[in-house]
Amino acid sequence: MLEVRELQAGYGAATILFDVSFDVGNGEAVALLGRNGAGKSTTLKAIAGWLKPRRGDIRLDGRRIDGAPSYRIARAGLGFVPEGRRIFTGLTVAQNLEVGRREPHAGVPWTPQRLFSLFPALAELRDRRGGQISGGEQQMLAIARTLMGNPTLLLLDEPGEGLAPLVIAQLTEALRALKQAGVAILLAEQSLVLAAAIADRACVLESGQLRYAGPYGEFARDAQARAEWLGLD
Amino acid sequence: MMLGAYLAYSLIGRFGAGPLGYWGGVLLAALAVGALGVLLERTLLRRLYGAPELLQLIATFGVVLLIKDAALAVWGAEDLLGPRAPGLGGAIAIFGQPVPQYDLLLIVLAPIVLAAMWVALSRTRWGLLVRAATEDREMTAALGVNPSWLFSGVFFVGALLAGLAGALQLPREPANLNMDLTIIADVFVVTVVGGLGSIRGAFVAALIIGIVRALCIGIGDVALFGSVVSFAKLTLVAEFVVMAVVLVARPWGLYGQPPGPSAIAEQRDLQVPPGRRFAIAAALLMAALAAAPLLVDEYALVLGADMLIFALFAVSLHFIMGPGGMASFGHAAYFGLGAYAAALATRSMPMELALIVAPLAAGIGALVFGWFCVRLSGVYLAMLTLAFAQITWATVYQWDALTGGSNGLVGVWPAVWLSSRVAYYWLTLAIAGGAIALLWRVVFAPFGYALRAVRDSPQRAAAIGIDVRAVRWAGFVLAGLAAGLAGSLYAFSKGSISPDSLSIPRSIDALVMVLLGGLQTLFGPVVGAALLAWLQDTLARHTEYWRAMLGAAILVLVLLFPQGIVGALGAAARALRQRGIGKRAAAA
Ligand SMILES: Nc1ncnc2c1ncn2[C@@H]1O[C@H](COP(=O)(O)OP(=O)(O)O)[C@@H](O)[C@H]1O
Ligand SMILES: [Mg+2]
Repeated sequence: MLEVRELQAGYGAATILFDVSFDVGNGEAVALLGRNGAGKSTTLKAIAGWLKPRRGDIRLDGRRIDGAPSYRIARAGLGFVPEGRRIFTGLTVAQNLEVGRREPHAGVPWTPQRLFSLFPALAELRDRRGGQISGGEQQMLAIARTLMGNPTLLLLDEPGEGLAPLVIAQLTEALRALKQAGVAILLAEQSLVLAAAIADRACVLESGQLRYAGPYGEFARDAQARAEWLGLD
Repeated sequence: MMLGAYLAYSLIGRFGAGPLGYWGGVLLAALAVGALGVLLERTLLRRLYGAPELLQLIATFGVVLLIKDAALAVWGAEDLLGPRAPGLGGAIAIFGQPVPQYDLLLIVLAPIVLAAMWVALSRTRWGLLVRAATEDREMTAALGVNPSWLFSGVFFVGALLAGLAGALQLPREPANLNMDLTIIADVFVVTVVGGLGSIRGAFVAALIIGIVRALCIGIGDVALFGSVVSFAKLTLVAEFVVMAVVLVARPWGLYGQPPGPSAIAEQRDLQVPPGRRFAIAAALLMAALAAAPLLVDEYALVLGADMLIFALFAVSLHFIMGPGGMASFGHAAYFGLGAYAAALATRSMPMELALIVAPLAAGIGALVFGWFCVRLSGVYLAMLTLAFAQITWATVYQWDALTGGSNGLVGVWPAVWLSSRVAYYWLTLAIAGGAIALLWRVVFAPFGYALRAVRDSPQRAAAIGIDVRAVRWAGFVLAGLAAGLAGSLYAFSKGSISPDSLSIPRSIDALVMVLLGGLQTLFGPVVGAALLAWLQDTLARHTEYWRAMLGAAILVLVLLFPQGIVGALGAAARALRQRGIGKRAAAA
């Protein structure tokens, strides 16, 4: 599905990522872990075309996508939910969804109805402006909006950041359901809260270098690795 | 819009003035203007999307100059009145007054076009995407929308409507070369009064301004304070009065929302005070300029004095725009106030004294206008400065008894001992140089740091005890004083003064100087001023199409040096130095 090979990327004079390589298989959920500043967001932005990679190649379903403009990458089936949600605050919830709508290449398309049953909290907010709903609702809307484009792979950048435990629980449920529906997921996270619920494999970044790639369960059991790379105990 | 009128004129001329030829001509003209708009956007303006908004504005101004001269070359300088619309030449009596049929058609057509626009933007998917992309272009692209074609589409519609408006005006008003700047100003006013990004706001704003204008014409001449004020002639500023009132009462327009952090605030530069080397270079430059009269002829001296005056004018604008973070579109107001005050003051006092009093008048103007302006930010602030400048302009233009109206004032000569070209040049050099040095000192005095703190983060500045508004207000007044000083020097240098000295083009000149030189550099405005004054002078002397040349020059400079000339030079120097360090390190 997604293959990242020897990816180098950075901002201005600073190089942030050094030769990062990993894969995401069909329908698989991969957690991209690392401390604050490790380079998770940079990796996702480079994949989604928000940042031009310096070197290396990125393939989606075997086709090169590195260096392509972000709208083409999105059309190729990659959905990106960036850090900070980026809701259109002047548009209503329903309109936010409509902006994301794209015809599917195959299969049953996501519709607002299906998405409202995935995120019940959104159903009553249809006509509210994006700027007037809570952070958790915005996060759900951001994911729903991207799903309206019927992506086969979903990139999520810290979706749980700053959300209350109750909202996290709802989000976890939704992500499980998504995985069930066959959507591949690449989830960037600092903690293991959401990753624990869905991740099949883990990739760990430190200072822009890949330190670990393997089964998620193995990583989660390794207390020493967790402490060293994530500062968690 | 201007092009629409001209093209319609030609096309109707070719197709004949029958119904098909007439309406076909109008439509084709509109389509052609739309296509040209897209062409411009895709070849030129899109290169500037990353650049600060102000630079985009300057580039648009360059394009306007180019188009203006192209029209001059193709259609000549005379006004061209179009044929009447076939079948609509008559008039219908309404309430006993004959109203031309064509006017009635326009009255019906305008709301239809507006309504169609509104439906397109608020009820179609295209309109939704446009609104999304205006709010967050990057995110819209991430959802699979190609924003570049979306914006081209917007440009097409905008240019098409403008062309249509121009073509439809043809039977009523002749096509002429002055249709451009006023229209651009109109468009800005409507958007800002309505609130940026609010379609409903633009609607209401257009309506209010239309009504106020009609009222002005209806009221006609009225005696006020002993002189006759013609409200009919005031239609041109009526919209600016409306804008001033609206912005003072509602800082973000009628339906606007508070803007996010302003674009200017992101650029952080100018942190380090210029070192000794800068001071030495400046002193050397002053010395060289002082010696100039020994080397060059009188004509060059006059141009030199102009350059110095504009340098001061530009530096004063840069002072509030760069460190102050307040873009002014109406800086000419203070220049003009200074000039007029100087001209009036010499009648009752010696010139030397007038030179001191005149800037104070400009300062008072800045004190009053600034009190309102510093409450706003970003584009809204800029537009309010423009509104005040236009109101000042209209006052000067109308107040025949005091200001000589459109003729201006003549016989504004310096004192006898300063009347030779060389003496006046030296005076200008001393005063302008001194004032510039003073402004630069202030930039790196505690007040200058406070000003920048306020620009970068008003909240944090307030938290450490800075009175945000007072600081901005003081900065505004100081810039007004300096601009007024430049204006009074200008009046004595020319010997006469006209309302042009506080018109929109003069304000734009100042903006161009600052941005061409580089907003984030200290020396930029000086270079920009010298360059623009020189370009205007040389081009005007050598070619009939100096406007087009100037427009092209501005475009080239803006595209090549988005950080301004001095900004680009600085960056190049830094890159060279770094490479030098790298080489040394490699050698060691
Ligand atoms: N826009 C940017 N410009 C310059 N440096 C950046 C930018 N964004 C992130 N960085 C730097 O890149 C590094 C990695 O950041 P990021 O990818 O956001 O990390 P993470 O998402 O893992 O917290 C950090 O050192 C950060 O300071
Ligand atoms: Mg991050």
